[in-house]
Amino acid sequence: MISSRFSKLLSWSYLAALYGFIFLPVAVLVLFSFQDGRLPVPPFNGATLKWYGEVFSDGRLMSALGNSLMVALGSATVACVLGFCAAYGLARFVLPASRLQRGLLIAPMTVSYLIIALGLLTTFNWLGISLSLWTVGIGHVVINLPLCFAIIYASMGNHQKNIERAARDLGAAEWQVMTQVSAPMLMPSILAAFFLSVTFSWDEFIIAFLLSRFDVTLPVEIWSMLRSGLNPKTNAVGSVVFLVSVALLLILELIVFRRTAKK
Amino acid sequence: MATASLETRENRRAWGFVTPALLWTVAFFVIPFIVMAAISLATRKGREIVMAWNFDNYIEFFEKAHLLKGLFVSLEITFTVTIISVILAYPLAWIIAERVPQKWQRMALIMAILPFWTSYVVRSYSWLLVLAQNGVINNTLVYLGVISEPLELASTRTATVIGFVHFFVMLLTLTIYANLVQMPPNYRRAAADLGANGFQVFWHVVLPLTLPGIMVGAFLTFVLCIGDYITPQILGGNNELALPQVIMLQLGRRADFPMAATLSIILMVVVTMAYIACARWLKMERT
Repeated sequence: MISSRFSKLLSWSYLAALYGFIFLPVAVLVLFSFQDGRLPVPPFNGATLKWYGEVFSDGRLMSALGNSLMVALGSATVACVLGFCAAYGLARFVLPASRLQRGLLIAPMTVSYLIIALGLLTTFNWLGISLSLWTVGIGHVVINLPLCFAIIYASMGNHQKNIERAARDLGAAEWQVMTQVSAPMLMPSILAAFFLSVTFSWDEFIIAFLLSRFDVTLPVEIWSMLRSGLNPKTNAVGSVVFLVSVALLLILELIVFRRTAKK
Repeated sequence: MATASLETRENRRAWGFVTPALLWTVAFFVIPFIVMAAISLATRKGREIVMAWNFDNYIEFFEKAHLLKGLFVSLEITFTVTIISVILAYPLAWIIAERVPQKWQRMALIMAILPFWTSYVVRSYSWLLVLAQNGVINNTLVYLGVISEPLELASTRTATVIGFVHFFVMLLTLTIYANLVQMPPNYRRAAADLGANGFQVFWHVVLPLTLPGIMVGAFLTFVLCIGDYITPQILGGNNELALPQVIMLQLGRRADFPMAATLSIILMVVVTMAYIACARWLKMERT
Protein backbone atom coordinates (compact mmCIF):
# COMPACT_ATOMS: atom_id res chain seq x y z
CA MET A 1 0.00 0.00 0.00
CA ILE A 2 2.81 2.36 0.96
CA SER A 3 4.60 1.64 -2.32
CA SER A 4 1.46 2.37 -4.32
CA ARG A 5 1.02 5.65 -2.48
CA PHE A 6 4.68 6.42 -3.10
CA SER A 7 4.39 5.71 -6.82
CA LYS A 8 1.29 7.90 -6.95
CA LEU A 9 3.20 10.74 -5.30
CA LEU A 10 6.07 10.18 -7.69
CA SER A 11 3.75 10.38 -10.72
CA TRP A 12 2.11 13.58 -9.57
CA SER A 13 5.48 15.19 -8.81
CA TYR A 14 6.77 14.20 -12.22
CA LEU A 15 3.65 15.58 -13.86
CA ALA A 16 4.04 18.86 -11.95
CA ALA A 17 7.77 19.08 -12.75
CA LEU A 18 7.26 18.58 -16.48
CA TYR A 19 4.33 20.98 -16.63
CA GLY A 20 6.62 23.44 -14.87
CA PHE A 21 9.29 22.89 -17.50
CA ILE A 22 6.78 23.22 -20.34
CA PHE A 23 5.18 26.40 -18.98
CA LEU A 24 8.27 28.11 -17.52
CA PRO A 25 9.30 30.11 -20.60
CA VAL A 26 5.74 31.11 -21.50
CA ALA A 27 4.99 32.16 -17.93
CA VAL A 28 8.17 34.25 -17.82
CA LEU A 29 7.30 35.77 -21.19
CA VAL A 30 3.81 36.84 -20.13
CA LEU A 31 4.79 37.94 -16.62
CA PHE A 32 7.61 40.20 -17.74
CA SER A 33 5.54 41.72 -20.51
CA PHE A 34 4.00 43.68 -17.60
CA GLN A 35 7.43 44.67 -16.27
CA ASP A 36 7.66 48.29 -15.17
CA GLY A 37 11.22 48.94 -16.30
CA ARG A 38 13.53 48.54 -19.25
CA LEU A 39 14.55 44.91 -18.74
CA PRO A 40 12.27 41.84 -18.72
CA VAL A 41 14.26 40.11 -15.97
CA PRO A 42 13.85 39.67 -12.21
CA PRO A 43 13.25 41.38 -9.90
CA PHE A 44 9.72 42.14 -11.02
CA ASN A 45 9.27 45.89 -10.51
CA GLY A 46 5.51 46.08 -10.68
CA ALA A 47 2.84 45.89 -13.32
CA THR A 48 2.30 48.24 -16.22
CA LEU A 49 0.44 48.05 -19.51
CA LYS A 50 2.88 50.49 -21.09
CA TRP A 51 4.52 47.89 -23.34
CA TYR A 52 1.21 46.71 -24.75
CA GLY A 53 0.41 50.34 -25.50
CA GLU A 54 3.71 50.62 -27.37
CA VAL A 55 3.03 47.45 -29.31
CA PHE A 56 -0.37 48.64 -30.49
CA SER A 57 0.91 52.09 -31.41
CA ASP A 58 3.89 50.71 -33.35
CA GLY A 59 3.04 51.17 -37.02
CA ARG A 60 5.57 48.62 -38.29
CA LEU A 61 4.33 45.95 -35.91
CA MET A 62 0.70 46.61 -36.74
CA SER A 63 1.30 46.45 -40.48
CA ALA A 64 3.29 43.22 -39.97
CA LEU A 65 0.33 41.88 -38.01
CA GLY A 66 -2.02 42.83 -40.84
CA ASN A 67 0.29 41.16 -43.38
CA SER A 68 0.44 38.01 -41.25
CA LEU A 69 -3.33 37.81 -41.04
CA MET A 70 -3.72 38.39 -44.77
CA VAL A 71 -1.15 35.76 -45.74
CA ALA A 72 -2.48 33.25 -43.18
CA LEU A 73 -6.13 33.58 -44.23
CA GLY A 74 -5.32 33.73 -47.94
CA SER A 75 -2.92 30.82 -48.06
CA ALA A 76 -5.12 28.68 -45.80
CA THR A 77 -8.12 29.30 -48.07
CA VAL A 78 -6.20 28.40 -51.23
CA ALA A 79 -4.66 25.32 -49.58
CA CYS A 80 -8.08 24.18 -48.34
CA VAL A 81 -9.82 24.59 -51.70
CA LEU A 82 -7.02 22.85 -53.62
CA GLY A 83 -6.76 20.15 -50.96
CA PHE A 84 -10.50 19.52 -50.88
CA CYS A 85 -10.78 19.26 -54.68
CA ALA A 86 -7.81 16.90 -54.87
CA ALA A 87 -9.15 14.75 -52.03
CA TYR A 88 -12.59 14.63 -53.68
CA GLY A 89 -11.09 13.66 -57.05
CA LEU A 90 -8.85 10.97 -55.62
CA ALA A 91 -11.36 9.50 -53.17
CA ARG A 92 -14.40 9.43 -55.46
CA PHE A 93 -12.97 8.55 -58.89
CA VAL A 94 -10.65 5.89 -60.18
CA LEU A 95 -7.57 7.57 -61.56
CA PRO A 96 -4.36 6.08 -62.95
CA ALA A 97 -1.32 6.21 -60.70
CA SER A 98 -3.43 7.48 -57.81
CA ARG A 99 -0.89 6.24 -55.27
CA LEU A 100 1.81 8.25 -56.98
CA GLN A 101 -0.44 11.31 -57.04
CA ARG A 102 -1.18 10.99 -53.33
CA GLY A 103 2.54 10.57 -52.64
CA LEU A 104 3.35 13.68 -54.64
CA LEU A 105 0.73 15.75 -52.83
CA ILE A 106 2.00 14.63 -49.41
CA ALA A 107 5.70 14.95 -50.30
CA PRO A 108 6.29 18.58 -49.17
CA MET A 109 5.38 17.49 -45.62
CA THR A 110 8.56 15.44 -45.37
CA VAL A 111 10.91 18.22 -46.44
CA SER A 112 12.32 20.84 -44.09
CA TYR A 113 10.79 24.31 -44.50
CA LEU A 114 14.26 25.73 -45.00
CA ILE A 115 14.74 23.61 -48.11
CA ILE A 116 11.29 24.50 -49.50
CA ALA A 117 12.07 28.17 -48.94
CA LEU A 118 15.52 27.92 -50.54
CA GLY A 119 14.16 26.09 -53.56
CA LEU A 120 11.52 28.76 -54.10
CA LEU A 121 14.02 31.55 -53.50
CA THR A 122 16.51 30.19 -56.08
CA THR A 123 13.67 29.67 -58.58
CA PHE A 124 12.17 33.15 -58.11
CA ASN A 125 15.67 34.60 -58.35
CA TRP A 126 16.36 32.69 -61.53
CA LEU A 127 13.06 33.77 -63.10
CA GLY A 128 13.55 37.35 -61.98
CA ILE A 129 10.36 37.38 -59.90
CA SER A 130 10.65 39.94 -57.12
CA LEU A 131 9.81 38.97 -53.56
CA SER A 132 6.57 40.13 -51.91
CA LEU A 133 3.75 38.93 -49.71
CA TRP A 134 2.56 36.93 -52.73
CA THR A 135 5.72 34.85 -52.78
CA VAL A 136 5.37 34.23 -49.04
CA GLY A 137 1.76 33.14 -49.61
CA ILE A 138 2.80 30.76 -52.38
CA GLY A 139 5.33 29.18 -50.02
CA HIS A 140 2.73 28.84 -47.28
CA VAL A 141 0.30 27.09 -49.61
CA VAL A 142 3.09 24.62 -50.46
CA ILE A 143 3.48 23.66 -46.79
CA ASN A 144 -0.25 23.68 -45.96
CA LEU A 145 -1.61 21.88 -49.03
CA PRO A 146 -0.31 18.43 -47.97
CA LEU A 147 -1.85 18.94 -44.53
CA CYS A 148 -5.25 19.98 -45.90
CA PHE A 149 -5.26 17.19 -48.45
CA ALA A 150 -4.29 14.54 -45.87
CA ILE A 151 -6.87 15.65 -43.28
CA ILE A 152 -9.76 15.92 -45.75
CA TYR A 153 -8.83 12.78 -47.69
CA ALA A 154 -8.70 10.76 -44.47
CA SER A 155 -12.24 11.78 -43.55
CA MET A 156 -13.82 10.87 -46.92
CA GLY A 157 -15.42 7.62 -45.84
CA ASN A 158 -17.66 5.25 -47.78
CA HIS A 159 -20.91 6.10 -46.07
CA GLN A 160 -20.69 9.61 -47.50
CA LYS A 161 -20.11 8.05 -50.89
CA ASN A 162 -23.58 6.48 -50.73
CA ILE A 163 -25.21 9.77 -49.81
CA GLU A 164 -23.42 11.41 -52.72
CA ARG A 165 -24.62 8.64 -55.04
CA ALA A 166 -28.17 9.19 -53.81
CA ALA A 167 -27.85 12.91 -54.54
CA ARG A 168 -26.58 12.13 -58.03
CA ASP A 169 -29.45 9.68 -58.63
CA LEU A 170 -31.87 12.40 -57.61
CA GLY A 171 -30.46 14.53 -60.40
CA ALA A 172 -27.83 16.72 -58.75
CA ALA A 173 -25.00 17.87 -60.97
CA GLU A 174 -21.45 17.10 -59.90
CA TRP A 175 -20.75 20.61 -58.62
CA GLN A 176 -24.01 20.52 -56.64
CA VAL A 177 -23.04 17.20 -55.09
CA MET A 178 -19.69 18.61 -54.18
CA THR A 179 -20.76 21.95 -52.76
CA GLN A 180 -24.14 21.02 -51.27
CA VAL A 181 -23.60 17.45 -50.13
CA SER A 182 -19.91 16.56 -49.69
CA ALA A 183 -18.57 19.85 -48.41
CA PRO A 184 -21.19 20.27 -45.64
CA MET A 185 -20.75 16.65 -44.56
CA LEU A 186 -17.00 17.09 -44.37
CA MET A 187 -17.18 20.54 -42.78
CA PRO A 188 -15.53 19.52 -39.47
CA SER A 189 -12.40 18.26 -41.17
CA ILE A 190 -12.37 21.12 -43.67
CA LEU A 191 -12.54 23.59 -40.77
CA ALA A 192 -9.86 21.68 -38.88
CA ALA A 193 -7.60 21.82 -41.95
CA PHE A 194 -8.34 25.51 -42.38
CA PHE A 195 -7.62 26.54 -38.78
CA LEU A 196 -4.49 24.41 -38.56
CA SER A 197 -3.24 26.00 -41.78
CA VAL A 198 -3.97 29.46 -40.41
CA THR A 199 -1.98 28.79 -37.22
CA PHE A 200 0.91 27.23 -39.16
CA SER A 201 1.12 30.13 -41.56
CA TRP A 202 0.67 32.66 -38.74
CA ASP A 203 3.67 31.17 -36.90
CA GLU A 204 5.87 30.33 -39.83
CA PHE A 205 9.21 32.12 -39.93
CA ILE A 206 11.81 30.79 -42.33
CA ILE A 207 9.73 30.90 -45.54
CA ALA A 208 8.40 34.35 -44.66
CA PHE A 209 11.94 35.49 -43.86
CA LEU A 210 13.53 34.28 -47.09
CA LEU A 211 10.67 35.07 -49.46
CA SER A 212 9.74 38.59 -48.35
CA ARG A 213 11.54 41.86 -48.78
CA PHE A 214 9.71 45.02 -47.68
CA ASP A 215 6.33 43.75 -46.49
CA VAL A 216 7.15 41.34 -43.70
CA THR A 217 4.98 39.13 -41.51
CA LEU A 218 4.87 39.29 -37.72
CA PRO A 219 7.42 36.54 -36.92
CA VAL A 220 9.94 38.24 -39.23
CA GLU A 221 9.32 41.61 -37.57
CA ILE A 222 9.74 40.01 -34.14
CA TRP A 223 12.97 38.44 -35.38
CA SER A 224 14.36 41.85 -36.21
CA MET A 225 13.23 43.16 -32.80
CA LEU A 226 15.38 40.46 -31.17
CA ARG A 227 18.51 42.22 -32.36
CA SER A 228 17.97 44.93 -29.76
CA GLY A 229 18.30 42.34 -26.98
CA LEU A 230 15.87 41.54 -24.18
CA ASN A 231 13.05 44.03 -24.08
CA PRO A 232 9.60 44.04 -22.41
CA LYS A 233 8.07 45.20 -25.68
CA THR A 234 9.16 41.97 -27.35
CA ASN A 235 7.56 40.13 -24.44
CA ALA A 236 4.34 42.03 -25.00
CA VAL A 237 4.16 41.27 -28.71
CA GLY A 238 5.10 37.63 -28.02
CA SER A 239 2.27 37.37 -25.49
CA VAL A 240 -0.18 38.78 -28.03
CA VAL A 241 0.91 36.22 -30.63
CA PHE A 242 0.54 33.44 -28.08
CA LEU A 243 -2.95 34.59 -27.13
CA VAL A 244 -4.07 34.67 -30.77
CA SER A 245 -2.79 31.13 -31.35
CA VAL A 246 -4.47 29.85 -28.18
CA ALA A 247 -7.71 31.55 -29.21
CA LEU A 248 -7.57 29.83 -32.61
CA LEU A 249 -6.89 26.52 -30.90
CA LEU A 250 -9.84 27.03 -28.55
CA ILE A 251 -12.12 27.77 -31.51
CA LEU A 252 -10.90 24.58 -33.15
CA GLU A 253 -11.46 22.58 -29.96
CA LEU A 254 -14.88 24.01 -29.11
CA ILE A 255 -16.46 24.27 -32.56
CA VAL A 256 -14.84 21.51 -34.57
CA PHE A 257 -13.69 18.69 -32.31
CA ARG A 258 -16.48 19.00 -29.75
CA ARG A 259 -18.98 18.68 -32.58
CA THR A 260 -17.31 15.67 -34.16
CA ALA A 261 -17.01 14.04 -30.75
CA LYS A 262 -20.75 14.39 -30.22
CA LYS A 263 -21.66 12.79 -33.53
CA MET B 1 -19.08 2.60 -76.68
CA ALA B 2 -21.54 4.60 -74.65
CA THR B 3 -20.02 3.46 -71.37
CA ALA B 4 -16.52 4.15 -72.66
CA SER B 5 -17.36 7.75 -73.49
CA LEU B 6 -19.09 8.10 -70.14
CA GLU B 7 -15.96 6.80 -68.50
CA THR B 8 -13.69 9.22 -70.29
CA ARG B 9 -16.00 12.06 -69.33
CA GLU B 10 -15.91 10.91 -65.72
CA ASN B 11 -12.17 10.65 -65.96
CA ARG B 12 -11.78 14.11 -67.38
CA ARG B 13 -13.90 15.47 -64.56
CA ALA B 14 -11.80 13.66 -61.96
CA TRP B 15 -8.62 15.07 -63.45
CA GLY B 16 -10.20 18.49 -63.23
CA PHE B 17 -10.45 18.10 -59.45
CA VAL B 18 -6.95 16.81 -58.90
CA THR B 19 -4.97 18.79 -61.45
CA PRO B 20 -4.87 22.22 -59.71
CA ALA B 21 -3.31 20.76 -56.55
CA LEU B 22 -0.90 18.65 -58.59
CA LEU B 23 0.10 21.66 -60.68
CA TRP B 24 0.73 23.74 -57.57
CA THR B 25 2.91 21.02 -56.07
CA VAL B 26 4.86 20.54 -59.28
CA ALA B 27 5.28 24.26 -59.97
CA PHE B 28 6.21 25.37 -56.47
CA PHE B 29 7.76 22.26 -54.96
CA VAL B 30 9.12 19.83 -57.57
CA ILE B 31 10.48 22.35 -60.07
CA PRO B 32 12.12 24.54 -57.38
CA PHE B 33 13.75 21.43 -56.06
CA ILE B 34 15.12 20.57 -59.49
CA VAL B 35 16.31 24.16 -59.95
CA MET B 36 18.04 24.00 -56.59
CA ALA B 37 19.69 20.69 -57.46
CA ALA B 38 20.92 22.22 -60.74
CA ILE B 39 22.24 25.33 -58.97
CA SER B 40 24.18 23.11 -56.57
CA LEU B 41 26.22 22.04 -59.61
CA ALA B 42 27.07 25.65 -60.48
CA THR B 43 29.89 27.85 -59.20
CA ARG B 44 29.96 31.41 -58.04
CA LYS B 45 32.28 33.73 -59.89
CA GLY B 46 32.24 37.11 -58.17
CA ARG B 47 28.58 38.08 -58.14
CA GLU B 48 27.66 35.85 -61.08
CA ILE B 49 26.46 32.27 -60.90
CA VAL B 50 28.03 30.20 -63.66
CA MET B 51 26.54 26.84 -64.61
CA ALA B 52 29.58 24.62 -64.45
CA TRP B 53 27.79 21.25 -64.10
CA ASN B 54 30.38 19.79 -61.79
CA PHE B 55 30.45 18.44 -58.25
CA ASP B 56 33.00 20.94 -56.95
CA ASN B 57 30.65 22.20 -54.23
CA TYR B 58 30.08 18.69 -52.91
CA ILE B 59 33.83 18.02 -52.91
CA GLU B 60 34.39 21.34 -51.17
CA PHE B 61 31.87 20.34 -48.50
CA PHE B 62 33.91 17.28 -47.56
CA GLU B 63 37.19 19.18 -47.70
CA LYS B 64 36.32 22.27 -45.71
CA ALA B 65 36.23 21.58 -42.01
CA HIS B 66 33.82 24.37 -41.07
CA LEU B 67 31.17 23.09 -43.50
CA LEU B 68 31.50 19.43 -42.55
CA LYS B 69 31.49 20.38 -38.88
CA GLY B 70 28.04 21.92 -39.34
CA LEU B 71 26.64 18.53 -40.26
CA PHE B 72 28.28 16.85 -37.27
CA VAL B 73 27.11 19.55 -34.86
CA SER B 74 23.58 19.14 -36.23
CA LEU B 75 23.68 15.36 -35.92
CA GLU B 76 25.03 15.50 -32.36
CA ILE B 77 22.41 18.02 -31.28
CA THR B 78 19.63 16.06 -33.00
CA PHE B 79 20.54 12.73 -31.41
CA THR B 80 20.94 14.28 -27.96
CA VAL B 81 17.58 16.06 -28.27
CA THR B 82 15.77 12.98 -29.56
CA ILE B 83 17.01 10.74 -26.75
CA ILE B 84 16.37 13.23 -23.93
CA SER B 85 12.91 14.08 -25.32
CA VAL B 86 11.83 10.42 -25.49
CA ILE B 87 13.07 9.78 -21.95
CA LEU B 88 11.19 12.82 -20.59
CA ALA B 89 8.03 12.45 -22.68
CA TYR B 90 7.36 8.75 -22.10
CA PRO B 91 6.59 8.98 -18.36
CA LEU B 92 4.51 12.10 -18.96
CA ALA B 93 2.39 10.38 -21.63
CA TRP B 94 2.07 7.34 -19.38
CA ILE B 95 0.95 9.38 -16.37
CA ILE B 96 -1.62 11.26 -18.45
CA ALA B 97 -2.94 8.00 -19.92
CA GLU B 98 -2.93 5.98 -16.68
CA ARG B 99 -3.08 8.24 -13.67
CA VAL B 100 -5.12 11.21 -14.78
CA PRO B 101 -8.88 10.53 -14.54
CA GLN B 102 -10.48 9.87 -17.91
CA LYS B 103 -12.51 13.06 -18.10
CA TRP B 104 -9.46 15.22 -17.39
CA GLN B 105 -7.18 13.47 -19.89
CA ARG B 106 -8.06 15.58 -22.89
CA MET B 107 -7.59 18.72 -20.81
CA ALA B 108 -4.26 17.44 -19.43
CA LEU B 109 -3.06 16.71 -22.95
CA ILE B 110 -4.11 20.11 -24.28
CA MET B 111 -2.29 21.74 -21.36
CA ALA B 112 0.83 19.67 -22.03
CA ILE B 113 1.04 20.95 -25.59
CA LEU B 114 -0.32 24.47 -25.15
CA PRO B 115 3.02 26.31 -25.49
CA PHE B 116 3.43 24.34 -28.72
CA TRP B 117 1.27 27.06 -30.21
CA THR B 118 3.44 30.01 -29.29
CA SER B 119 5.18 31.42 -32.29
CA TYR B 120 8.38 29.48 -32.85
CA VAL B 121 10.50 32.64 -32.75
CA VAL B 122 8.83 33.79 -29.55
CA ARG B 123 9.33 30.40 -27.88
CA SER B 124 13.09 30.50 -28.44
CA TYR B 125 13.21 34.10 -27.29
CA SER B 126 11.37 33.24 -24.08
CA TRP B 127 13.99 30.61 -23.28
CA LEU B 128 16.53 33.37 -23.69
CA LEU B 129 14.70 35.27 -20.93
CA VAL B 130 15.17 32.25 -18.68
CA LEU B 131 18.75 31.40 -19.58
CA ALA B 132 20.41 34.77 -20.29
CA GLN B 133 23.27 36.25 -18.21
CA ASN B 134 20.78 38.40 -16.31
CA GLY B 135 17.88 36.01 -16.95
CA VAL B 136 15.48 34.39 -14.51
CA ILE B 137 17.71 31.47 -13.52
CA ASN B 138 20.91 33.45 -13.05
CA ASN B 139 19.26 36.34 -11.24
CA THR B 140 17.37 33.99 -8.92
CA LEU B 141 20.46 31.92 -8.11
CA VAL B 142 22.57 35.03 -7.46
CA TYR B 143 19.80 36.54 -5.33
CA LEU B 144 19.58 33.35 -3.27
CA GLY B 145 23.34 33.35 -2.87
CA VAL B 146 23.82 29.94 -4.52
CA ILE B 147 26.28 31.37 -7.01
CA SER B 148 28.22 34.62 -7.05
CA GLU B 149 28.89 34.88 -10.77
CA PRO B 150 26.15 34.27 -13.36
CA LEU B 151 26.45 30.98 -15.21
CA GLU B 152 27.13 30.86 -18.94
CA LEU B 153 23.84 29.30 -20.04
CA ALA B 154 22.75 31.17 -23.17
CA SER B 155 24.80 30.96 -26.37
CA THR B 156 25.82 27.41 -25.62
CA ARG B 157 24.86 24.04 -27.01
CA THR B 158 23.08 23.32 -23.72
CA ALA B 159 20.73 26.21 -24.41
CA THR B 160 20.00 24.93 -27.91
CA VAL B 161 19.29 21.46 -26.54
CA ILE B 162 16.99 22.82 -23.80
CA GLY B 163 15.04 24.87 -26.34
CA PHE B 164 14.63 21.89 -28.64
CA VAL B 165 13.77 19.43 -25.87
CA HIS B 166 11.04 21.80 -24.68
CA PHE B 167 9.44 21.69 -28.11
CA PHE B 168 9.83 17.97 -28.77
CA VAL B 169 8.71 16.76 -25.35
CA MET B 170 5.32 18.19 -26.28
CA LEU B 171 5.34 16.50 -29.68
CA LEU B 172 6.47 13.10 -28.36
CA THR B 173 3.99 13.19 -25.49
CA LEU B 174 1.28 13.44 -28.13
CA THR B 175 2.45 10.52 -30.30
CA ILE B 176 3.25 8.23 -27.36
CA TYR B 177 -0.04 9.04 -25.62
CA ALA B 178 -1.92 8.13 -28.82
CA ASN B 179 -0.24 4.72 -28.74
CA LEU B 180 -0.80 4.14 -25.04
CA VAL B 181 -4.56 4.74 -25.12
CA GLN B 182 -4.97 2.48 -28.15
CA MET B 183 -3.46 -0.44 -26.27
CA PRO B 184 -6.14 -2.82 -24.93
CA PRO B 185 -5.84 -3.10 -21.13
CA ASN B 186 -6.35 -6.89 -21.32
CA TYR B 187 -2.82 -7.39 -22.61
CA ARG B 188 -1.31 -6.07 -19.44
CA ARG B 189 -3.82 -7.90 -17.27
CA ALA B 190 -3.03 -11.15 -19.09
CA ALA B 191 0.70 -10.66 -18.59
CA ALA B 192 0.18 -9.89 -14.91
CA ASP B 193 -2.05 -12.96 -14.51
CA LEU B 194 0.69 -15.08 -16.03
CA GLY B 195 3.02 -13.87 -13.27
CA ALA B 196 4.89 -10.94 -14.74
CA ASN B 197 5.83 -8.23 -12.29
CA GLY B 198 5.30 -4.55 -12.99
CA PHE B 199 8.65 -4.07 -14.65
CA GLN B 200 8.30 -7.19 -16.81
CA VAL B 201 4.84 -6.10 -17.98
CA PHE B 202 6.28 -2.77 -18.99
CA TRP B 203 9.41 -4.13 -20.62
CA HIS B 204 7.88 -7.08 -22.51
CA VAL B 205 4.36 -5.84 -23.26
CA VAL B 206 3.83 -2.08 -22.94
CA LEU B 207 7.12 -0.83 -24.37
CA PRO B 208 7.10 -2.99 -27.54
CA LEU B 209 3.48 -2.03 -28.23
CA THR B 210 4.25 1.67 -27.92
CA LEU B 211 7.49 1.54 -29.92
CA PRO B 212 5.74 2.62 -33.14
CA GLY B 213 4.57 5.81 -31.41
CA ILE B 214 8.08 6.44 -30.11
CA MET B 215 9.56 5.85 -33.55
CA VAL B 216 7.10 8.14 -35.34
CA GLY B 217 7.72 10.88 -32.76
CA ALA B 218 11.48 10.34 -32.84
CA PHE B 219 11.47 10.52 -36.62
CA LEU B 220 9.50 13.79 -36.58
CA THR B 221 11.92 15.09 -33.94
CA PHE B 222 14.87 14.15 -36.11
CA VAL B 223 13.48 15.80 -39.25
CA LEU B 224 12.30 19.00 -37.59
CA CYS B 225 15.36 19.33 -35.34
CA ILE B 226 18.04 18.83 -37.96
CA GLY B 227 16.41 21.27 -40.37
CA ASP B 228 15.77 24.05 -37.90
CA TYR B 229 17.52 27.39 -38.01
CA ILE B 230 15.70 29.46 -35.39
CA THR B 231 16.48 27.66 -32.12
CA PRO B 232 20.23 27.22 -32.66
CA GLN B 233 20.50 30.78 -33.98
CA ILE B 234 18.71 32.43 -31.05
CA LEU B 235 19.85 30.15 -28.22
CA GLY B 236 23.11 28.66 -29.43
CA GLY B 237 24.71 31.87 -30.57
CA ASN B 238 27.57 31.80 -33.02
CA ASN B 239 30.03 29.63 -31.14
CA GLU B 240 29.34 26.48 -33.12
CA LEU B 241 27.05 26.51 -36.13
CA ALA B 242 24.48 23.87 -36.98
CA LEU B 243 23.97 22.98 -40.63
CA PRO B 244 20.95 25.27 -41.22
CA GLN B 245 22.95 28.15 -39.73
CA VAL B 246 25.80 27.38 -42.13
CA ILE B 247 23.30 27.39 -45.01
CA MET B 248 21.86 30.75 -43.97
CA LEU B 249 25.39 32.13 -43.58
CA GLN B 250 26.26 31.15 -47.16
CA LEU B 251 23.13 32.90 -48.28
CA GLY B 252 23.10 36.00 -46.11
CA ARG B 253 26.69 37.06 -45.85
CA ARG B 254 28.16 35.63 -49.03
CA ALA B 255 25.14 35.33 -51.38
CA ASP B 256 26.63 31.97 -52.36
CA PHE B 257 23.52 30.29 -53.77
CA PRO B 258 25.35 27.26 -55.21
CA MET B 259 26.91 26.36 -51.86
CA ALA B 260 23.64 26.94 -49.97
CA ALA B 261 21.87 24.68 -52.47
CA THR B 262 24.55 22.00 -52.09
CA LEU B 263 24.24 22.05 -48.31
CA SER B 264 20.44 21.82 -48.57
CA ILE B 265 20.67 18.79 -50.84
CA ILE B 266 23.04 17.16 -48.34
CA LEU B 267 20.61 17.96 -45.53
CA MET B 268 17.84 16.35 -47.53
CA VAL B 269 19.89 13.23 -48.22
CA VAL B 270 20.50 12.82 -44.48
CA VAL B 271 16.77 13.16 -43.73
CA THR B 272 15.89 10.71 -46.51
CA MET B 273 18.32 8.18 -45.08
CA ALA B 274 16.71 8.56 -41.68
CA TYR B 275 13.30 8.09 -43.29
CA ILE B 276 14.37 4.89 -45.08
CA ALA B 277 15.86 3.50 -41.87
CA CYS B 278 12.69 4.35 -39.96
CA ALA B 279 10.32 2.92 -42.59
CA ARG B 280 12.30 -0.28 -42.86
CA TRP B 281 12.32 -0.65 -39.10
CA LEU B 282 8.56 -0.14 -38.85
CA LYS B 283 7.96 -2.69 -41.61
CA MET B 284 10.21 -5.20 -39.88
CA GLU B 285 8.30 -4.63 -36.70
CA ARG B 286 5.00 -5.42 -38.40
CA THR B 287 6.03 -8.69 -40.04
